[in-house]
Amino acid sequence: MKPNQNPQNYNRNNVPDEWFTWRKKNIKEQELVARPSLSYWKDAWRRLRKNFLAMSGLVFLILLVLMAIFGPILSPYDANTQVLSKQYQPPSAEHWFGTDNAGRDVFTRTWYGARISLFVGFMAALIDVTIGIIWGGISGYKGGRTDNVMMRIIEILYGIPYLLVVILLLVVLGPSLSTIIIALTVTGWVGMARIVRGQVMQIKNYEYVLASKSFGTKTPRIIRRGLLPNTMGPIIVQMTLTVPSAIFAEAFLSFIGLGISSPNASWGVMANDSLGAILSGNWWTLFFPAFFISFTMFAFNVLGDGLQDALDPKLRK
Amino acid sequence: MLKYILKKLLIMVLTLWIIITLTFVLMVSVPGSPFNSEGNSNEIVQQNLEKHYNLDKPLHVQYFLYLKSVATLDFGPSIKQPNQTVNDLLGRGFPISAELGLVTIIVAVLSGIILGILAALRHNGVIDYLAMGIAVLGISIPNFILATLLIQKLAVDWEFFPVATWKSPMHMVLPVLALATGPMAIIARLTRSTMLEVLTQDYIKMARAKGLTPWKIIVKHALRNALMPVITIMGTLLAGIMTGSFVIEQIFAIPGMGKYFVESINHRDFPVIMGTTVFYSAFLIVMLFLVDIAYGILDPRIKVTKKEGE
Repeated sequence: MKPNQNPQNYNRNNVPDEWFTWRKKNIKEQELVARPSLSYWKDAWRRLRKNFLAMSGLVFLILLVLMAIFGPILSPYDANTQVLSKQYQPPSAEHWFGTDNAGRDVFTRTWYGARISLFVGFMAALIDVTIGIIWGGISGYKGGRTDNVMMRIIEILYGIPYLLVVILLLVVLGPSLSTIIIALTVTGWVGMARIVRGQVMQIKNYEYVLASKSFGTKTPRIIRRGLLPNTMGPIIVQMTLTVPSAIFAEAFLSFIGLGISSPNASWGVMANDSLGAILSGNWWTLFFPAFFISFTMFAFNVLGDGLQDALDPKLRK
Repeated sequence: MLKYILKKLLIMVLTLWIIITLTFVLMVSVPGSPFNSEGNSNEIVQQNLEKHYNLDKPLHVQYFLYLKSVATLDFGPSIKQPNQTVNDLLGRGFPISAELGLVTIIVAVLSGIILGILAALRHNGVIDYLAMGIAVLGISIPNFILATLLIQKLAVDWEFFPVATWKSPMHMVLPVLALATGPMAIIARLTRSTMLEVLTQDYIKMARAKGLTPWKIIVKHALRNALMPVITIMGTLLAGIMTGSFVIEQIFAIPGMGKYFVESINHRDFPVIMGTTVFYSAFLIVMLFLVDIAYGILDPRIKVTKKEGE
């Protein structure tokens, strides 16, 4: 027998349970949010993906890293073996990028150069970030007198032209990869520290930090867990600027003969070695290192621009 | 204002003192004496030489002698080039470097600002993309590579310009071009982004509503504010240009300060290294100081006595 079809006559008690079905299996599942919640990083990634130029830069850099790792292994030639019978061979199936003034394979040397350039770039950025975060974090969080003293030190360091420190250190310690990295970071961390400090000073006044303090959280933990994650955006953008400037500095120093020295391969060394060569028409010896220096800087620049837009929540559409 | 200037002045002197001390410490800890490379095996000759250049005195005495000579702006004789004082070398090199630097800055600032304004006025148009394309390329290509390309194409292949040295205005074109492109690109990008921001402000709308010509709006109202960030980065740009001039002077065989500096390093010519370092740093620091002051004067919104570090 059918229940009464007229809605007005419904009584709670005579509505049979079969009329109701669970749309999802149980309450727990029902209350799940249909779409995944976007974290800050996912959201930034979503926006970065739409930026064609920045993505091309990212892809180029990933390929470059892969080639820096595997390129020398793939190539049948050694980077420093000189084959004098094969000087200045134009690019061919045998030597993809040709050979240089000592008959060395430019293809292999280019990837060795990439190793050095990327290593210098990333190490310098890593050290800058580490010192910058600690210095800027403490300075910004403590404020007052501590901040004043720490900022004065930064201001003085900022005035010292970095190239002079680099050159003087290279003269004293002798040119080597570690000297270049040390020299680049001695004054290089200052910019990062300033950025971190500015961010920390702004964020430390937010309510959630106050709440955290009122729970009795210790200062290092507040800085580490409460403040730093929220300063990551500007820090990453700054890193995308630090890496190419370190790469540039290495190439520059090697080019004027103060960095890595020939026969070791670095893009700056290769460019310097081939200075005389292009005048005699052997363009490829300069073209490949020059192309990769410029394109790496370009890739970091557009990626940095893209990240700056993507990581800024204010620009969200 | 006076308090602000005095404070900056104090920082400036302190920085300079640290640079002088740092240079001194690094120089005395360099392995190898300047007299070793020539094969002066005669010990008495070496001792006499060291005595002549005060290298035999205890370190602290050397340090004070050095401070004294810096204070009196007398950097002493060069070790490697007899009958030449460091002041001679600086006197010969600096005017040339300064000329190169000055022309470069003028070219970079003017072309950068014009490019930036054009890009901002045609936002998202062809000119904008073109200008920003040039700017990104300018930032990405290192100046020493640009210099080699310019020599190869414009000087060797087409023979438009002389390859090297420093004699006539024609000799200036290539080095200035190589040196100015990077700073120009940075200025163009900065000008564009601040111009875009300024152009949306109410007072620009107001000026437009008054019926001012676009030219007048840009020159009299927008540009003034759009240029403030350019002034802020002038110090950094200046440092970059001076650094870049080292390598550019090498490539184009220009007898400026950079050439003497690199030479003195290779020869371990201590007085010249210390002299050029201190001179170069002092020049740069004074410039940074002037930029700071200019910024304080030009932008009325900046309270120069503000609490530090805002």
